[in-house]
Amino acid sequence: MKKYIIQSIRLTVALTALLCVLYPVIVAFIGKFSNGAGNGQTIMVNGKVVGYAAIGQKFDKPQYFWGRPSAVDYNAAGSAGSNKGATNADYLKQVSDRVDTLLKHHPYIKKADIPADMVTASGSGLDPDISAQGAAIQIQRVAQVRGLSVASVTKLVQDHTEKPVFGPAKVNVLKLNVALNELKR
Amino acid sequence: MNSEISGVVASFLITLLIAVPLGKYLAKMFAGERVWTDFMKPVENGLFKIAGIRANEPMDWKQFLKAMLTINLLWLVYGFFVLIYQDKLPLNPDGNPGMTPDLAFNTIISFVVNCDLQHYSGESGVTYLTQHIIMMFLMFTSAATGIAAAVGLFKAFRDKTVDNIGNFWEFFVKALTRLLLPLSIVVAVILAFNGTPSSYAGKDQFISLQGDTVNVSRGPAAEMIAIKHLGTNGGGWFGANSAHPLENPTYVTNMTEIISQMIIPMAMIIAFGYFIRRKKLGWVIFGVMTIGMFMLMIPTISSELGGNPNIAKMGVTQATGAMEGKEVRIGPMATGYWSTLTTIVSTGSVNSMHDSAMPLTGVWQLLGMMINGFFGGCGVGILNYFIYLIIAVFISGLMVGRTPEFLGHKVEAREVKIAALVTLISPLLIMAGTAIAAFVFSTYGNADWAVKPSNWLNNPGFHGFSEMLYEFTSANANNGSGFEGLGDNNVFWNVSTGFVLILGRFLPIIGPVAIAGMLAKKKYIPESAGTLRTDTVTFGMMTLAVILVLNALSYFPALALGPLAEYFSMR
Repeated sequence: MKKYIIQSIRLTVALTALLCVLYPVIVAFIGKFSNGAGNGQTIMVNGKVVGYAAIGQKFDKPQYFWGRPSAVDYNAAGSAGSNKGATNADYLKQVSDRVDTLLKHHPYIKKADIPADMVTASGSGLDPDISAQGAAIQIQRVAQVRGLSVASVTKLVQDHTEKPVFGPAKVNVLKLNVALNELKR
Repeated sequence: MNSEISGVVASFLITLLIAVPLGKYLAKMFAGERVWTDFMKPVENGLFKIAGIRANEPMDWKQFLKAMLTINLLWLVYGFFVLIYQDKLPLNPDGNPGMTPDLAFNTIISFVVNCDLQHYSGESGVTYLTQHIIMMFLMFTSAATGIAAAVGLFKAFRDKTVDNIGNFWEFFVKALTRLLLPLSIVVAVILAFNGTPSSYAGKDQFISLQGDTVNVSRGPAAEMIAIKHLGTNGGGWFGANSAHPLENPTYVTNMTEIISQMIIPMAMIIAFGYFIRRKKLGWVIFGVMTIGMFMLMIPTISSELGGNPNIAKMGVTQATGAMEGKEVRIGPMATGYWSTLTTIVSTGSVNSMHDSAMPLTGVWQLLGMMINGFFGGCGVGILNYFIYLIIAVFISGLMVGRTPEFLGHKVEAREVKIAALVTLISPLLIMAGTAIAAFVFSTYGNADWAVKPSNWLNNPGFHGFSEMLYEFTSANANNGSGFEGLGDNNVFWNVSTGFVLILGRFLPIIGPVAIAGMLAKKKYIPESAGTLRTDTVTFGMMTLAVILVLNALSYFPALALGPLAEYFSMR
């Protein structure tokens, strides 16, 4: 027994050096050569960081495309989903309120136009994407507020709709809004 | 939609393409035959030398288990104190506090037992030091412990009659140096090159496009996420686990993570067949497990794609399925696929919030964890399945009137008793735990505790019951996922699930290894016309039937009170 204890202690020390120092240092070193140098990929406007490509941020002003509802209000220091169950009455009320809010700001759409992702909270609370339909319903509002033509905003949304070989189609809200700011009237 | 189907199919095929050769390699490697990773030998010899271990020393099953339990106990004690005093130790750039004793108790057990149930949030509850020397360290070593225990069982059945089931230290260290470490480097680099942070930079701050000031948690996440999946651990760097867009930034990383959590559990089954020179037995087990996996996966995906009927009633279009708690870049199909795999292989990492899944999905998730033997966790999956095999051998022996035998060794009362005890311990821990929690919740809801029991649940009614059932099921299965709405960071949940975790881990390891050790010592009886063959499709189906009947009998009442009741209330 005593033999095993001493062996265990010595093995734990040696393995800590291998697994907790050497291994992460090797990976961190290789990661330096990745896009973003292992710090996460940022998006720059005029030399200033305006966000991380992967991290959704809060958009509620009328001149921007909005992202999904978030249980942490897009506070990226933390992360969480709502954890509401499918039959929870309070939760269903909340979803129904979100539907009404969307209808109020987009009087030209019908309920059936609203995709589920625009009225449900994401798993992380930091989802950077919305569905193509989620962007489509907002085009007219954004175009109106900015005095742009619907056609030019539609084109922009289409250019920003990613259709990968594997996985669902999506629109990165931050990238779309950055491009929107650069769009000439 | 088509790109989602092809994504899931591709993930499964790539998993097979990697797992099958990996299994053959593991069989050779653990048998000590020449393999290409022999260049790691100097590293292993160095480790053995530092530790004063003679790796070729034979061990019987009792010595083998003693060595395993000693090192695990050491980690429990040492880790407990490091977590409590983490605020006073270096590498704490965000100034996070030390853990309370009950949280440290739960957390250290949870990581030692390969569960990674997290009652804290990665961004605020731990430091860079503890993320490394406790969390990541245990992710490697707990997976290697499970694999080493399984190889001990393999060894018992390789030769006719043996006392020696191999050297625990040798299997343990080789599982690290020749399997987990090299694969982790590959997976971590893939993740790093697809957007997961891998550097030691701390929190970042920027002004968003709208003008808000935003803080972003970062850190060397890729390193941990690689081993969290390969070792079927599941503990996340960030609170939202693999739903977090830095932990799982793209569909490609999602595929990488889902493939990496599946390959070792699958490879271990194939390795079993090759190692004991009964390939057919390995493939029959593999077949049964695959059928079981699809039985849980197909209804899960279909219920998620169907969307939430209550939201459909509002007139909202759910063309992309149910989206609450899910991420757009992953989509409901890959989410359903993941949620089945993460519950059957005991990873417990999540790429969506299981609490918000459809009620029927909850049934399949719970069942996956209750059965806990369709591939199962690193090494322990095959150990759990072995118990089912012994029960199946015993029952079929009774049915056809023959003395039960397994691989040429008589299965007698002592072995069957151990197997029966191990199968009974799971329902006992899960149901008794849930019953006590439900009793405290309903009878002492207003007890003057730091967190009042009446505030535990995030959802009312049947779903609230499911939250408690899920927590105990996950703890017993050493899974680590949760219905995270449950307010679980308090004394009641930390302590109760802590005990369930430790019993749910070590009894199902000790039991099978002990049975294997006892059987291996018995006289070998050559196969004859009177032998009940265990490597036939018929016996495979028999085992599947035993698994389904045992689990249905044990858990149907609890499932009926929780997710099934919720499902029928929606109609």
